[in-house]
Amino acid sequence: MNTDRAPAAPRDYSRFLERRSFIEMRARERARAVLDPGSFCELLGPFDRIKSPWLPLQGIIAQADDGVVLARGTLDGKPALVAAIESAFQGGSTGEVSGAKIAGALELACRDCEQGRPVLPVLLLETGGVRLQEANLGLAAIAEIHAAIVALRRHVPVVGVVAGMVGCFGGMSLAAALCSRLVVTRQARIGMNGPEVIEQEAGIAELDATDRALIWSLIGGEQRWAAGLADDLEDDDAETIAAAVRGAFASGTPPALPRTVLIERYRERLAAIDPRQPLDGKTLRILWNESP
Amino acid sequence: MSTEASPSQRGRVWFEALTGGATAAGDLRSVLIADAALGREPARFIAVVADAHNRFPRARNGEVGIDEGWALALHVRQPIAADRDGARRPIIAIVDVPSQAYGRREEFLGIHLACAAAVDAYASARLAGHPVIALLVGKAMSGAFLAHGYQANRIIALDSAEVMVHAMGKQAAARVTRRSVAELDMLGATFAPMAYDIHSFAKLGLLYSLISGVDADAPRPEDVARVRAELERAIAEVRAGGPGLASRLVSREARASRAASIEVRRRLAEQWDAP
Repeated sequence: MNTDRAPAAPRDYSRFLERRSFIEMRARERARAVLDPGSFCELLGPFDRIKSPWLPLQGIIAQADDGVVLARGTLDGKPALVAAIESAFQGGSTGEVSGAKIAGALELACRDCEQGRPVLPVLLLETGGVRLQEANLGLAAIAEIHAAIVALRRHVPVVGVVAGMVGCFGGMSLAAALCSRLVVTRQARIGMNGPEVIEQEAGIAELDATDRALIWSLIGGEQRWAAGLADDLEDDDAETIAAAVRGAFASGTPPALPRTVLIERYRERLAAIDPRQPLDGKTLRILWNESP
Repeated sequence: MSTEASPSQRGRVWFEALTGGATAAGDLRSVLIADAALGREPARFIAVVADAHNRFPRARNGEVGIDEGWALALHVRQPIAADRDGARRPIIAIVDVPSQAYGRREEFLGIHLACAAAVDAYASARLAGHPVIALLVGKAMSGAFLAHGYQANRIIALDSAEVMVHAMGKQAAARVTRRSVAELDMLGATFAPMAYDIHSFAKLGLLYSLISGVDADAPRPEDVARVRAELERAIAEVRAGGPGLASRLVSREARASRAASIEVRRRLAEQWDAP
């Protein structure tokens, strides 16, 4: 799955200067950047005004799209769906509405696939996880997103992108792991528990949440890719990421076995690890390197 | 820091009560698996329990850790393969999980993938026609519940003060939302989605049934019989219905508390094929 090497430092400076940062884009621009030019068509957009019913009750201003942009469009001319999470709204957290938008769209894509009309699903994941102001309804929505990914993945690859800078945490990190293919940048982070939560629950001796270099060495995009926990490591460039998404769909339908079913492989790998011994990113990359 | 002095034994107690002391299979002391009779058929019972000697120190109080996630995936997928050509045995997730394991090693080694593997296995079992039922006998917290129980066709809970569902432990939730624990409790009393107790959770329409009047810590034979009957009733209903999670959006409670979840889907379907 991995390409041979990490992207090298750019030598072609004109190309480097022409880059458009994907990370700096808002969710709507990201969805547009991934889809074929001119094909973006938003569903449940801001003018539909489906907002969180729970935030205003707690003195928090709701947003007219609840921080998720859904768009239908095409990828190389084929019908596609992009769900893009806006990290600038409540940290990209999953609430009742934002979660139902993602789950509901994946459910409709699955229905279309079952009726012989494939839809290519792309998830642009940028989230701290459950929106705690909506707590159990956010968690319930995440369970429904998981269910929809597993159901949909039987028909078409589900492609996830974690670009940064928020990363992908909490229950939504499980959604990232359920994707058939996962595209990351060096700026991305993927983890079940965010560093602050680990520090809170386990103490600063377990993890210092302010040690950025350490955190990226453990759960950063490049480390995840090098250890085989993500499929494509790309530069922060909209065109490059859009091409990686297309490439992920080109890699086969039905998709290759997702990592979540490679139970024996991971149980063997973990059995070989002694948690009492120190282990760093470099060693794990060697242990779990999947290239021959 | 976690303040739990001694870990809950409820998962083990109910596992033993429902399986009649069947020998637990599997190679982890923290994941109990047994096939035992339920009504007129065999069912697979699975519980995650505390193991004071767990090789991962952050998973010694019954948390779903990295080994537990992969073990759940393995033992939920076994019956999918074994029953491919025959009757699909029900899978019962006995849920008493205080949290996922919070640790640096866990993150590094991909606890998100381990828990996703468990989610995948439970969802795949459901899609393959196995009735999957979650029985909440204690805490059903956050990512641990996602990995062990939340993919079930039906969720049944014991009516007990220690049975709780939430997205994050109180202390951490308070820190992340910059509130005090007292403020969180007050919010929970006002808004059902933010509460920890099972009665509030029942208001969200996500529960199939809430069983009251049983001794959750030391079940009497009649308590076990009632829970078994409820499991069998849920299994029959699952077999008569579909493999998806749509039942979570149809109850009177769901129509009230999850009105937005229903409305989003309705309007999305309207716009889906619009030019």
